[in-house]
Amino acid sequence: MPTIIFHSPDGTTHKVEARVGASAMETAIKLGVPGIVAECGGALACATCHVFVDPQWIEATGVAEDFEDEMLDDAETPRQERSRLSCQLRMTEELDGLELTIAPEQ
Amino acid sequence: MSEAGGARSHTDVLIVGAGEAGLGVATELRDLAFGGHVTVIGDEPYLPYQRPPLSKGFLEGKEDEDNLALRAPAFLDEHDIEVLQGRRVVSVDLADKGGTATLDDATTVQFEKLAFATGARARELPVPGASLVGVYTLRTIEDAKQVRTALVDTARLVVVGGGFIGLEVAAASRRRGLEVTVLEATPRLLGRVCAPPLSDYLMKRHAAAGIDIRLDTSVVELVGNVDGQVTHVRLADGATIPADVVIVGVGALPNVELAEKAGLECGRGIVVDQAGRTSIDGVVAVGDCAEQPHPNLPGQRLTIESVNNALEQSKLAAHVLTGVETPRRGVAWFWSDQADLKIQIAGISDGYDAYVVRAESTRLTVLYFQNNRLIAADVVNNPRDFLAVKRALGEGRSIDPERADDLSFSVKELLQGQA
Ligand SMILES: Cc1cc2nc3c(=O)[nH]c(=O)nc-3n(C[C@H](O)[C@H](O)[C@H](O)COP(=O)(O)OP(=O)(O)OC[C@H]3O[C@@H](n4cnc5c(N)ncnc54)[C@H](O)[C@@H]3O)c2cc1C
Ligand code: FES
Repeated sequence: MPTIIFHSPDGTTHKVEARVGASAMETAIKLGVPGIVAECGGALACATCHVFVDPQWIEATGVAEDFEDEMLDDAETPRQERSRLSCQLRMTEELDGLELTIAPEQ
Repeated sequence: MSEAGGARSHTDVLIVGAGEAGLGVATELRDLAFGGHVTVIGDEPYLPYQRPPLSKGFLEGKEDEDNLALRAPAFLDEHDIEVLQGRRVVSVDLADKGGTATLDDATTVQFEKLAFATGARARELPVPGASLVGVYTLRTIEDAKQVRTALVDTARLVVVGGGFIGLEVAAASRRRGLEVTVLEATPRLLGRVCAPPLSDYLMKRHAAAGIDIRLDTSVVELVGNVDGQVTHVRLADGATIPADVVIVGVGALPNVELAEKAGLECGRGIVVDQAGRTSIDGVVAVGDCAEQPHPNLPGQRLTIESVNNALEQSKLAAHVLTGVETPRRGVAWFWSDQADLKIQIAGISDGYDAYVVRAESTRLTVLYFQNNRLIAADVVNNPRDFLAVKRALGEGRSIDPERADDLSFSVKELLQGQA
């Protein structure tokens, strides 16, 4: 199982195991990692699952495109270059060790 | 957490119904540092799950059951939320304070406070043949699994009802190459939940994608063969349409019977105030089963079937149950994915007295006004407009209706008064 390291806005760090095929958002929500809201449950409709991908992982995850890119323009926390909506990050074995910082406002 | 079987015989808060709203009350109670026992009882054989993907990603095979689950067992354990699966509450007796619930295995649970989160059920089509093989409604994981299997080798799908669920299934099926007919009894799509501009736009787009949409068309019978398999749909004018699978999406009925028998005031749903309080002290109702005051039309009430509503109501109701002052409610919103159409709705348009349409190629934004104030927006394929309106509604900002159709300014710019 690939692991994900989440840095939450409250300063805590959470290392969690993810199921291959689950999104990073889903993994965080199911286990109660603080900071992600994800009101739409992954439908790419709410922009409340905003994370910053750690620099060393951005090549593996890729950057936001299309609707995700547009949604990030109006996310509560101003977007950065490595902003992603975590419901769009589907976990694979290759992403084992993925490090994400959760945006402070969702 | 606990599997089907014994619940605590005494709990502080009993929540009937383990859907989005029921679980929402439980988690919000813990967020409020409520230290008492919390028990959630649900009659489905699953831990609480999301319904929206059932007519979208799950149906298309892009998501599985694991993706649907709302919270992991470890989360429920950690938050000391007892969830009983596959158990039905058959009656509730309210005392002066608290009461007793009886379950379908004849056990009882005593409670101090009670939350109804019983949701809604799919309305059946009240015509002969509605129980033929190949005829489905779509509400639960079980329904969705059956529909998913049935659609694999199907050529002709007839959807009865032009609501959100019907249109989502129709659009996804059409994209997969099925011959799809949508039969809607009223003069427009989504008539119960949307204003005409969105209905008309979706009608055009779905027709252009090759879906045969027939408005003002009532079904009088579903016709089957000797094996009891549906073969045709018969219309009020006598015409028949061949069908291998029929999906019935004619609305949902709030599950109010239990609350009604317990003595709560009920209309279409269980009558609640802004914060989910029912007619009886210490009892709240949340989600699809609750009927709340209309935000734009004083004196009227409405039920809202959306994830956002379930979450907002459960948040407020948990405050009521713990006696904490309720926060301000967030902006109502909704989404629907229909093939390449991403629909997002901010606010509640019902009650509007004017609207402005902004359309650009494959994008649409309709802004709704009441007394010159922005109250809602229907948005297709334009997440920026949706998020801008949603935020503005939360902050009480509006747009000058006179300038709202000026496409040289974005909605966001208009809302910021930069135009
Ligand atoms: C196919 C589909 C697609 C949808 N798509 C969207 C969408 O895109 N966006 C959106 O915002 N909303 C969507 N919705 C609506 C959204 O899913 C609902 O508004 C939400 O699930 C309501 O949650 P709830 O907890 O109030 O009710 P429910 O999810 O219905 O949960 C209530 C639960 O209580 C159980 N129950 C009832 N009576 C008893 C009893 N006596 N004892 C024990 N258990 C009981 C029921 O079986 C059910 O499991 C969709 C709904 C469906 C069905
Ligand atoms: S969970 Fe809603 S956009 Fe990611």
